[in-house]
Amino acid sequence: MSIGVVVFPGSNCDRDVAWAAQGCLGIPTRFLWHEERDLGGLDAVVLPGGFSYGDYLRCGAIARFAPVLEEVVAFAARGGPVLGICNGFQMLTELGLLPGALTRNSRLHFICEPTALTVRPSQCGWLSGYGEAEEIELPIAHGEGRYQCEPATLEAMEQAGQVVLRYRANPNGSVGDVAGLCNPAGNVLGLMPHPERACDPRTGGLDGQRLFTSLLG
Amino acid sequence: MPRFHARVLVSLRPSVLDPAGEATRAASSRLGVEGVSRLRIGKAVELEIEAPDADTARSRVELLSDRLLANPVIENWELELSEIATTNASLPA
Repeated sequence: MSIGVVVFPGSNCDRDVAWAAQGCLGIPTRFLWHEERDLGGLDAVVLPGGFSYGDYLRCGAIARFAPVLEEVVAFAARGGPVLGICNGFQMLTELGLLPGALTRNSRLHFICEPTALTVRPSQCGWLSGYGEAEEIELPIAHGEGRYQCEPATLEAMEQAGQVVLRYRANPNGSVGDVAGLCNPAGNVLGLMPHPERACDPRTGGLDGQRLFTSLLG
Repeated sequence: MPRFHARVLVSLRPSVLDPAGEATRAASSRLGVEGVSRLRIGKAVELEIEAPDADTARSRVELLSDRLLANPVIENWELELSEIATTNASLPA
């Protein structure tokens, strides 16, 4: 078992993900520079939070064209587990691996605080360690996390069990209280909250741990 | 090869909330400008492109607009394209 963490210019949660996975949970982790194409030996890939390429144009818009992401898209198509956290979630929507888009928070503020969430693991492998309708707490830290999509798209995702994480007190105006989505196959998860910041008992809760340990089967 | 100037105007789709536009509208009344009822913020992207003809230039910038400059999920775009006149003075001697 080995996790690849993609590092873009402007990523700032890549070390946190490695600390959570390898430092706290003992899962071997390798950094992948954005220009790399070799995903050999990896069992899962994480797109971390931050401000890839300065988030110029739109969040995740430039990152979408990074060489490494071509390989990540192919990896996801083969059923490989891919996790996009915060800026990584924005990339997954820009790539079209998940529908919709993340837009400016409704009250404009950058919000950095613990957030109460409800998990509906459904077919999402990343969330297999959580119970149905389990309530957890993870930190959020974003200025552009207001999930936006057409009502019909949201309805279809609700029916298909793709809305796997919801805010219990919507902080940013997301439609459907969406905090995280998976693809129909369940191997690609995008979420705005930061599970990697809830894996070390010295810095807060441990509600993020099971997301990473799910990979251990 | 002819050169063209393109201006791509990117705007949020009408159904998408624009909190920054709304905050700016609120500031406009604080400035004392009354009657502003709708204010939406977009972007203007200006670029120059070389292409054999206007149709080719247009189709290239359309692809760029659809795939990179705008996100069609939340944004609309409009393209203005014009050929940059080549004057005698700028031709090589």
